[in-house]
Amino acid sequence: MNKDKYFNLNKKIKKNYALVNTKIIEPGIGVKDNCGLLIKGKIIEDFGQHIQVESIPENYEVINCKGLSLAPGLVDIRVQIREPGLEHQETIKSVSKSACSGGISTLICLPNTKPVIDQPALIHSIQRKAREVALTKIFCTGAITRDLLGKEIAELQLMAESGAVGFTDAIRSVADTKVMRRALTYVKSFNGLIIQHPEEYNLSSEGIVNEGEISTRLGLSGIPYYAEAMMIERDLWLVRETNSRYHVSHVSTKAGVNIIRKAKEEGLKITCDTAPPYFILNEMAIENYKTFTKLSPPLRTEKDRISIIEGLQDGTIDAIASDHMPQDQDAKRLPFNQAEYGAVGLETLLPLSISLVKNNFLSIEKVFSLITTNPAKIMNLDSGKIKVGNDADIMIFNEDKPWKINPDEFHSKSKNTPFDGMLVEGKNLMTFVRGRLVYKNL
Amino acid sequence: MKEEKDIDTYPHKHLLGIEGLSPPSIKYLLKLSENYAHHLIKKSKKLDLLKNKTCINLFFENSTRTRTSFELAGKKLGADILNISLGSSSIKKGETLVDTAMTLNAMQPDIIVVRHNDAGAVKLLSEKVNCCVINAGDGPHEHPTQALLDALTILRRKKTLSGLTVSICGDILHSRVARSNIHLLNTLGAEVRVIAPATLIPVDIEKMGVKVFYNMKMGLKDTDIIMMLRLQLERMAGSYVPSIREYFRFYGLDRDKLNFAKPDALILHPGPMNRGVEIDTELADDIDRSAIFEQVQMGVAVRMACLRALLEH
Repeated sequence: MNKDKYFNLNKKIKKNYALVNTKIIEPGIGVKDNCGLLIKGKIIEDFGQHIQVESIPENYEVINCKGLSLAPGLVDIRVQIREPGLEHQETIKSVSKSACSGGISTLICLPNTKPVIDQPALIHSIQRKAREVALTKIFCTGAITRDLLGKEIAELQLMAESGAVGFTDAIRSVADTKVMRRALTYVKSFNGLIIQHPEEYNLSSEGIVNEGEISTRLGLSGIPYYAEAMMIERDLWLVRETNSRYHVSHVSTKAGVNIIRKAKEEGLKITCDTAPPYFILNEMAIENYKTFTKLSPPLRTEKDRISIIEGLQDGTIDAIASDHMPQDQDAKRLPFNQAEYGAVGLETLLPLSISLVKNNFLSIEKVFSLITTNPAKIMNLDSGKIKVGNDADIMIFNEDKPWKINPDEFHSKSKNTPFDGMLVEGKNLMTFVRGRLVYKNL
Repeated sequence: MKEEKDIDTYPHKHLLGIEGLSPPSIKYLLKLSENYAHHLIKKSKKLDLLKNKTCINLFFENSTRTRTSFELAGKKLGADILNISLGSSSIKKGETLVDTAMTLNAMQPDIIVVRHNDAGAVKLLSEKVNCCVINAGDGPHEHPTQALLDALTILRRKKTLSGLTVSICGDILHSRVARSNIHLLNTLGAEVRVIAPATLIPVDIEKMGVKVFYNMKMGLKDTDIIMMLRLQLERMAGSYVPSIREYFRFYGLDRDKLNFAKPDALILHPGPMNRGVEIDTELADDIDRSAIFEQVQMGVAVRMACLRALLEH
């Protein structure tokens, strides 16, 4: 099967598009039936119910989207791109293909490449490569500490100047409280964003699954749920003091959600995200030592899973990120202890988020706010909304189309998904990035 | 309740753990083991039931008794035995477990007995080979033949498991022996207690159907069987327990603590023992109370039964 046929790799094709007979879903606008949207060059020229087939000017390629929905291209704030350094797992090109096939038009990469993104040169280099080969927009986060070692802070302001949208030590927490305090204090001067992987290092470093009956039965060392809560609580003291922008990644526990809820009630300007495994699966998925379910943070209990959904419902959790972490076969085909963490997620983000609508937990507008406007706002990006004059980052999708997740069909170089074989609804069919139709699978 | 019928074959391809085995399956293995125990005690001739069968003992972790026990069991049944000992350092040199499995599989053995230091590793290996697989210990997960030989030892002394109180004492957290025994004893109707300092009790162990005791005397009260576990000396470094003398004071088995158990209580230990750490040396040698050396003998019988049961098909 030639998977490349879905992608438009030719940057020179410039067309104007008229997308008609569609339902617009946008958190700010709501759900509007029978709409049209005009893309002129790179930008959204106009949209609304007044745009109908009859009134389309010449020079526009008309795409009839009857029965389909239109939404802003998704914004994914937690993606590991693996280039430079681990190109056998993913590259900038393959990650952008994977992303746009899943409806994502903007992705934010973690700094755990090799070498680590801990200085401006790396950001420039990734941005240059992305301009050449990427089908989506790619933004970088920089490392908080040099080489992600947690010891001394990296060149945060220089990286910010070069385009880093935030700072994180990726899949590690900043364990040293003093270093974290310095980082949060330092970014105040340029309003930088600190993103934390919330795990108390000494409690989590030896564990691999959630501590409880399952870890005891399987004989795997556990990470207690409160390792997450402890790290968030520690950081909150520092945030109270510094009042810096602070974001918690992939919240996975009830205790974590509760602490963030209280902190928000207290008025702290903090944000957080979660990822689909934490509201779809629980630790039971690990049974039989399936290494594709080895994630960091680990899959938690059913109670935790329900709390994550509640956190999404009441707005405690601001965003859903794919937490895309590509691993090759060899990294996962090992005893559970030795296998690497993580799962790919770009191509399953949309249907798994839509499952929250199908199960009557959230409205469709709410779900889209979690994967478009909110994450864009957290990162101070102008993406994730439909606005005249904005970049035309658009996805056209079928809300109800049932399909079965099959990793062989993924465009990502890696296939490590815990959702293999799951039946889902909602499929992306077209993605526009800056007005260019980069993915089409009608 | 449906009456459980006795069975006359072992219904699974592998023996990966006790968890999930039905009472008839366990009873079948124990009955077969009992037969072989008689056979061994009578010092009967070598059998040729497994003639022309190839049995590979694949040990990724050091072991003396389990490996020799399997080797002897195989030889007594007439099988061809191949011992492969791969220290954990040689694994790190390159070949992955799956590659090792596939290489050995190409040699077409009939059975592979595996010990590995990672939980679930034996299951992973069993998915990549065509032959039968016996788990000889996978990390802290399971060690089914040890639980079977413990059960056989108890059965020979006490006639039944049902209704007995069994206290397992020591490093429960890191112990595959404890886990397999908990499954087996619960399945066959014994009451199981675990005794250890709280740092060596895994979270939510109660949900596996045991009572937890931090006080050894209370935990041993009126118990029929005392199973002592080995305390790895490196646990001191991990701050699980502060010192050997403190551990022995509160969790070492001595006459004083033993007096709380039933007068005819039986002492088991999977070996190798740390005399003076978890067990008083005099008790270990008391043949009236301790069945430690009988366990070793039963180990061969149980392993003969398991090899035979799996290769019967």
